[in-house]
Amino acid sequence: MPQGDRVRFVDEFREPKLITRTADEIRRLADPGRHYRLMEVCGGHTHAIYRFGLKDILPENIELIHGPGCPVCVLPMGRIDDGLSMAQDPDVIFTAFGDMMRVPGTHGSPLEHKARGMDIRIVYSPSDALKLARANPGKHVMFFAIGFETTEPSTALTLMRARAEGIHNFSVFCNHVTIIPAIRAILDSPDMRLDAFIGPGHVSTVIGCRPYEWIAQNENKPIVVSGFEPLDMLQSIVMLLRQLKAGEARVENQYKRVVPWEGNRAALRAMAEVFQLRPYFEWRGLGFISQSALRIRDTYAEWDSEQRFSIPGIRVTDPKAAQCGEVLKGVLKPHQCKLFGHECTPEHPIGALMVSSEGSCAAYFNYEHRKMEMVNILSPTA
Amino acid sequence: MCLAIPGKIIEISSGAGAGSQDSALVDVVGVRRRVDLGLLQEDRPGPGDWVLIHVGFAMSKISEQDALDQMNTLRMLGESEAAMQEVQGYGGEEVEDQKPI
Ligand code: SF4
Repeated sequence: MPQGDRVRFVDEFREPKLITRTADEIRRLADPGRHYRLMEVCGGHTHAIYRFGLKDILPENIELIHGPGCPVCVLPMGRIDDGLSMAQDPDVIFTAFGDMMRVPGTHGSPLEHKARGMDIRIVYSPSDALKLARANPGKHVMFFAIGFETTEPSTALTLMRARAEGIHNFSVFCNHVTIIPAIRAILDSPDMRLDAFIGPGHVSTVIGCRPYEWIAQNENKPIVVSGFEPLDMLQSIVMLLRQLKAGEARVENQYKRVVPWEGNRAALRAMAEVFQLRPYFEWRGLGFISQSALRIRDTYAEWDSEQRFSIPGIRVTDPKAAQCGEVLKGVLKPHQCKLFGHECTPEHPIGALMVSSEGSCAAYFNYEHRKMEMVNILSPTA
Repeated sequence: MCLAIPGKIIEISSGAGAGSQDSALVDVVGVRRRVDLGLLQEDRPGPGDWVLIHVGFAMSKISEQDALDQMNTLRMLGESEAAMQEVQGYGGEEVEDQKPI
């Protein structure tokens, strides 16, 4: 991006002067002889990085690697098929967040199933799914739960209410996953080399900062829990570079105004009451990861879709040419996937990374790719 | 969906309201909706406080300045419409009092 554009864009941010100063500080701290690979774990950060054009502000030797923190992106297609198999029962109302609706299953997305006549509805809160169950006593309302720790306490409280009120026509198909084991799996993968982590902001409001300490201590990698504004992310990068320069590896909290170090105890209690760890769970692209997802405890079996319905347990391999796995692990950049921009676009997504605004393929397509197309149109020889 | 949306608490209600023991009427840029307070039992907000809301549940108390900044971030991310759509969707089909303050 030409210098003029960069300045104009920065001007729209809060405290533009501070942004420019922080960017200069990054330049000063980054050793020109070194290449830095920083992973932002959370999909919200990925979206913000592209949207704000942070790449254009950062020096070239700082590479941001997109992590696995987009809940719809990491869900294997078989789980979507499993969920939709329950929706075939005419007595079932299938509910899910809007983000799920366009995610392709083997025979189409939930939205396409709805068009074929299934009772599939968007809810914006798990408690609204429960409300639907109260209003439709003759039907069974199934809530397709996805999300990391940010969302899990809300599902847990909803289940506690269902039990307390004795609402028996409601269940949750639990696809909740936990962020720490995914980070561990990425660090264990041999083709991955990372220097430090930008930690997820909203997940950390629930779990706090302590659970990241092993990354710092055992893996010797700094991690800074970060907010989502451009200035937040730049400040987090400064904090990471300072640690790397000093040869330190600690957990720091840049997002103190929202994230308490100890997390949210009421939320953690609700999660512990309702959920337990699954021995293992399949992640799209990352394969089976042990203790990386939640199931509903037997004390809540009646409200667990997996225990109430017979779930086929479908496993589907992604189309061979789709490289969602490599992109999810940060080994490939979105545009390096063979299908990117041709077969796979936000209008016709093949992988979930192209559906959600937090998926790196969609973020890359919507900002970088369109920007490059504009450049090509304006100066076709470029 | 990982968006957190800032809202200002207008009034707290307990007991009533479709089975949720602990809820609050919040105002998000003029739209009023009921959100669950069950996750803030240890740090209970009161009328006039600002909270971050995620999938219909208040997640944490924040300052007014942070709330305004967060709304601005959503706007800059191109997500403010999606956020408002989400807020308007709370409560399912039932539409509550929507008078702006
Ligand atoms: S471009 Fe499509 S198929 Fe390729 S990695 Fe991204 S989502 Fe998957």
